[in-house]
Amino acid sequence: MAIGVKIMKRPERDVSYVRATLKGMALTFKKMFEPKVTMQYPEEKSAPEAERGAWTLSPRWRGTHRMLTDEQGRSKCVACGLCPQICPANCIKLVPGEDEDGNRYPLIYEIDEFRCVFCGYCQEVCPEEAIHVGVHYENAEYSRDRFVYDLERLSAQTHPVSSLWDPTDPKGE
Amino acid sequence: MSPEIKGLLVVSALKLVIVFTITLVGVALLTLMERKVSAWMQYRHGPNRVGFAGLLQPAADGLKNIIKEETFPAEANRVLFMLAPTIAFMPALILGSVIHWAAPLPVKFDFSLPILGRFHYDALMPMAVADLPVGFLFVLAVSSMGVFGIALAGWSSNSKYSLLGGLRASAQMISYEVAMGLALVPVLMLSGNVALGDIIKAQQQGLWYILPLFIAFFVFLLSGFAETNRLPFDMPEAESELIAGYHTEYSAMKFSMFFIAEYANMVTVAAMVTTLFFGGWDIPFTHWDETPGVAQSLVTGLVMFLKVFWWLFFFMWIRWTLPRFRYDQLMALGWKVLMPIALAYIMVVGVAIYLIENVAGVTSPRVMMGVLCLLNLGLGYLVFIVLDRGALIGGPRSRKPAGHDLPRAA
Repeated sequence: MAIGVKIMKRPERDVSYVRATLKGMALTFKKMFEPKVTMQYPEEKSAPEAERGAWTLSPRWRGTHRMLTDEQGRSKCVACGLCPQICPANCIKLVPGEDEDGNRYPLIYEIDEFRCVFCGYCQEVCPEEAIHVGVHYENAEYSRDRFVYDLERLSAQTHPVSSLWDPTDPKGE
Repeated sequence: MSPEIKGLLVVSALKLVIVFTITLVGVALLTLMERKVSAWMQYRHGPNRVGFAGLLQPAADGLKNIIKEETFPAEANRVLFMLAPTIAFMPALILGSVIHWAAPLPVKFDFSLPILGRFHYDALMPMAVADLPVGFLFVLAVSSMGVFGIALAGWSSNSKYSLLGGLRASAQMISYEVAMGLALVPVLMLSGNVALGDIIKAQQQGLWYILPLFIAFFVFLLSGFAETNRLPFDMPEAESELIAGYHTEYSAMKFSMFFIAEYANMVTVAAMVTTLFFGGWDIPFTHWDETPGVAQSLVTGLVMFLKVFWWLFFFMWIRWTLPRFRYDQLMALGWKVLMPIALAYIMVVGVAIYLIENVAGVTSPRVMMGVLCLLNLGLGYLVFIVLDRGALIGGPRSRKPAGHDLPRAA
């Protein structure tokens, strides 16, 4: 044969089909009474690892963004422009402003979560540790324009932020 | 009309309403049960959101199916396309009417209505809508009507998948009808009657026919799976190769009707297996149920329900255990294995009954069936141990499996 076809040698002559069927049926019957692995999602979102079927999000999960704020409740962003620069999906809109003391701050800071590819470069590049991707997955909205997150909304998010991969500590220890 | 005929009509109409209502509600609940059983066998919960533990799920499904859009394929034959689900649906429902669901109930009434006149009924009422003297012949005849619905559905959809599904369904159902009919001949020979009520009576006097006619039971059960198009014989649907076979193009309530038909057929086959081989509504080891009465009818009805329920569960159990057959294997099993077995079995049982009755001179049905039961142990060994080693499903012995002697790829 020109192309390599793997031919499985199946048992042909010395197999009892009735016995195999009965064995299979015994198996499925036994399985009926074993604990279920389904997670009842909206009620139960994550469970201790020890339980079967439970799962938790990875600390390096990259979900929708969050802007961190300082003690006065102002956003940490200094409108340096690095995140729109590095963003491969071009989803960050930043218009910088400057107050009377010469501090730069974002006049407009918008992230289009539909365009975002959740690469996490914005968090990695941010010198002020202001913008973060978050450990979060429940993003449903009723209309499309609700997916452009403005500065106020980004700052109001409370979910934990992602701890990105660190080359000096590749296993995250 | 005489008062007796009017009385019979009233009784029959009542039984009709009750049986059809129970069948349709039961079918709705069966869909839920199917999903639950499948879920449990796969470590899942199954539908548990609608109502308590998902009990209202069939209602939600039904509502959805009624308000969904009816689609028609552009080139479909409209009339047949509309008619096909009905044709598939009717035999499935009609068959429920000949099954004896409980012990006969003594009924006596005599009343008069203003315009309609006098109604009179005084008899031992069989708990079947129609206690037909032709018994299971009627079941065989009507159940083969179901294939028209499926074949027409496949043809009128004007779709390749549907057509193939319809063709497969007709070939399969016709093939297995042969084995099914032949498997019932030993039942006829042993009971001496085709009427279902008399078969149940014969089993009460002797043994349940599962014991003296085990091979016939086995063939009947297998053919029953094929007749209802259930896995492992669900060739006509075979979603992985034919999308959904004959009902690919159907939507909304028309699809639902095929669905109901399948489950109603399941109920019928389960009830037939129970009636023919498991004593119908008979309660084993007691003669209490043989004297007619209200309590007896209720309890035997419950027993019948439990037996049918067990077989329905068995159907689902098999479905979620076995993979689908290959089509040629299916046909080989029907024609080359089941039909010869059924034919040979008729011969063996016929000769055995003749010898036991006329040569040995045994008259007690219990002794005769006991001897037949012993005979079945031997035959069972032959069929399930000797034939089973590859010959039952593996196809003809002489043929080498394709590519058996080809060099293996590295």
